[in-house]
Amino acid sequence: MNRAKLLVLQVLVAVALLVVWHVVTVYPIVGQPKNLQFFFSTPLDVLSRVWRELSGGEIWGHLWITLQETILAFVFGAGGGILVGFVFARNDLLAAVFDPYIKAANALPRVVLAPIFALWFGLGIWSKVALGFTLVFFIVFFNVYQGVREVSPTVLANARMLGMNERQLLRHVYWPAALTWMFSSLHTSVGFALVGAVVGEYLGSSAGLGYKIHEAESVFDVTGVFAGMFILAIFVILIDSLVTVIENRLLAWRPGPSGAR
Amino acid sequence: MRLDGVAITFPLKGGAVYCAVEGIDLAVGPGEFVAIVGPTGCGKSTLLNASAGLLAPSAGRVDVFGQPLSGLNGRAGYLFQADALMPWKSALDNVAVALEPKGVPRREALDQARAWLGRVGLKSFVESYPHMLSGGQRKRVALAQMLIRDPEILLMDEPFGPLDAQTRQLMGNLLLKLWAADRKACLFVTHDLEEAIALADRVVVMSAGPAARIIGDFPVPLARPRDTAEIRLDPDFHRIHKEIWASLRTEVQKAYGAEEIA
Repeated sequence: MNRAKLLVLQVLVAVALLVVWHVVTVYPIVGQPKNLQFFFSTPLDVLSRVWRELSGGEIWGHLWITLQETILAFVFGAGGGILVGFVFARNDLLAAVFDPYIKAANALPRVVLAPIFALWFGLGIWSKVALGFTLVFFIVFFNVYQGVREVSPTVLANARMLGMNERQLLRHVYWPAALTWMFSSLHTSVGFALVGAVVGEYLGSSAGLGYKIHEAESVFDVTGVFAGMFILAIFVILIDSLVTVIENRLLAWRPGPSGAR
Repeated sequence: MRLDGVAITFPLKGGAVYCAVEGIDLAVGPGEFVAIVGPTGCGKSTLLNASAGLLAPSAGRVDVFGQPLSGLNGRAGYLFQADALMPWKSALDNVAVALEPKGVPRREALDQARAWLGRVGLKSFVESYPHMLSGGQRKRVALAQMLIRDPEILLMDEPFGPLDAQTRQLMGNLLLKLWAADRKACLFVTHDLEEAIALADRVVVMSAGPAARIIGDFPVPLARPRDTAEIRLDPDFHRIHKEIWASLRTEVQKAYGAEEIA
């Protein structure tokens, strides 16, 4: 399928959804438009609100806060995950001892941590970074751990036969293997960093996209909630396409569509 | 390099022990090309791994240039049967990185790697990653990676096993050409008797496992330089082939018989 055709189809889906939304909330087909608009707003209202927000200055400050939190959560989470994943993968005893604790910590729903983080780190950006960290860390940790453990034994034996010492093995074999796995989870982990940030803001803060949505919700401003979600979605798509660009550059050696030149 | 009374055992589940090879005495002289053939599962690769120091023998000793081997055999290069290239490095980097443990500066390593890739006929694939290369091309990169370190002993574990027949012959010729340039001691494991005769000065036959032994040692007095395809038409080749096959055949049958029972 060529790109143009695909794009047309993708846009058609959006248009169809918006049309259904519009027809149902503006014309009295399923119920009273006034009632329905209270619950669902209308696409034109939402879009004009999005436009007003984006052309006004205030939203950019909120976006910037959320972006900061996302980036910090990702950097710390990925850094910690790589480090711990690496150490555990190279040290069986450590991995075995900590295994139940890692699993227990990972099984914990992170939302329950949000109030504690707010208590510890205040209502500023750091409590959101901490929440995002707990999400990103485990994804990266498990991937790196797996990646280092599953280095092909032949590649490893070959590198040894080439005379590599432990440091060189780390640099040329383990490290790239771990990074590969980390990058393969890049989309997920960046997404989760954002989830951590937004959920944290939603639960208690004075700035950010999550705060914006929460604020609208608390006064039953459904249009505001939808507008916030819309902006959030645009934001996610932008970040995700940035990740794709980075991924394609770094994993050029890999077979498949992402590596094809 | 010589192996003296080498035996290698592996522990099995339940405390039992599997004896892969036993009582192996084998010497490879300087500049000698020795091929080991034997039925499947006879421990050929195990023996090679012991020579490389990847496996420690449970009995006997491995001597390299008169010194007992402990740890990895740093004077040997190893060509694996499976793909052993680092998939995240280009062909050039894969070859150049082999010089890093020797402390060769990066720029010089890259120059040498380029020269070696040219020698194995991959001049225009320098920047390619392993997944973009064919099986034969990957083997050639691996060959360059092994040879660039200038090892004194070459160990090869069915390196051309996964390749198709034509590519194998081309690779065999390439190997002989490169080997003839400075004649290293060479231990080549294969299940293909014809390949063994075409390449080697001596063919060692192993018995079926478990507890495989060396049951025959045949010189191959064919003139060099050889062409691995043409030499198969030589009457002497047929005579040697017949002679070795006579001892190999019963072992091959044994190996298959054992598999049927198991």
